Amino acid sequence: MSSSAEAHVANGEKSPQFHVAHHFPTADIQFNSGKMGIWLFLVTEILLFGGMFCSFAIFRSWYLGGFVEAHHHLDRVMGGINTIVLICSSLTMALAVRAAQTTNKKAVTVLLGLTLAFAATFLVIKYFEYSHKFHDGLLPGIHFTATGFQEPREAGIFFAIYFMMTGIHGFHVLAGMGLITWILIRNLKGQFSSRYYAPVEGVGLYWHLVDLIWIYLFPLLYLVG
Amino acid sequence: MATHSDTHADVHGHAHGGADHVPHVLPLKIYISTWIALMVFTVITVAVSYVDFGDFNLWIAMLIATCKASLVALLFMHLRWDERFNSIILVSSLIFLGIFIGFTMSDTDNRGRAEPIEHDRPLDIKDPFGLQSPQQ
Repeated sequence: MSSSAEAHVANGEKSPQFHVAHHFPTADIQFNSGKMGIWLFLVTEILLFGGMFCSFAIFRSWYLGGFVEAHHHLDRVMGGINTIVLICSSLTMALAVRAAQTTNKKAVTVLLGLTLAFAATFLVIKYFEYSHKFHDGLLPGIHFTATGFQEPREAGIFFAIYFMMTGIHGFHVLAGMGLITWILIRNLKGQFSSRYYAPVEGVGLYWHLVDLIWIYLFPLLYLVG
Repeated sequence: MATHSDTHADVHGHAHGGADHVPHVLPLKIYISTWIALMVFTVITVAVSYVDFGDFNLWIAMLIATCKASLVALLFMHLRWDERFNSIILVSSLIFLGIFIGFTMSDTDNRGRAEPIEHDRPLDIKDPFGLQSPQQ
């Protein structure tokens, strides 16, 4: 086992710093253990957002009229474009993992760069949406100042949930951008290859989860209210 | 899929040979077709939202979202080819989420239903089944 690892180092190729920690019998088991850890983390994320989805379900059931009225003030075209942007970023992220699997350093760099660009586009569109809401006074709870609503109190609750859910999702996009930058730098240092790409795979899984959550947020908030 | 199974066999041939992790590389067309399917579903869900199906709009939107989520999880996140245990982890979290939201909704949606019944037929704590007061 160690002799094969040393042979790779001697060849001077494919993630020379990579090694199998002594408590793992094989590199496969090390890789799968790390990945299982990521999945457990993703479960905690699902449950974090699950609490917010639950609060949305409760208030929607209580104040259906106010929620439907309020959701018409979200721009479903902007939301739809953001959905497409995130789906494209998921594609480039998945392809970046594939490029790392095939030791294509240049492609990993380009694809991670594209993923970052899509993530930034998402946040820019979100910024325009938010500033439009601020301007119209479509703000959470007691800060809700927009006029012309039949149920301003219920609309205020809708926007409280809207800003909380999309805001925490937005922070996840921001955190994902940080993580992608981190693996982008490590890739530029030549650390990843078909032998070792676990961080790319892990960040990829996280990024897909951020996309998954948006896949549910978008129809619930923008389309059905 | 032929190319896929070839790669698969090749990969595992290597994996048994050495201690190194050898990745399971999927053909490009899987990624591209998944991406196209996700785009199509997004367009469909936005289009459907302009049609009024009443209460069904919510369930149609959730059905399409779940199709999209399954595509992302199975293909982009490789669950289809991954250790089964990772799928069990994900599905178990969704089951608990279902219990959480389902029980909460069955609670909150049925609040206040007991009070009118209690008002019509007030409960005698000392005789909850009315056994000692046959006039009821």
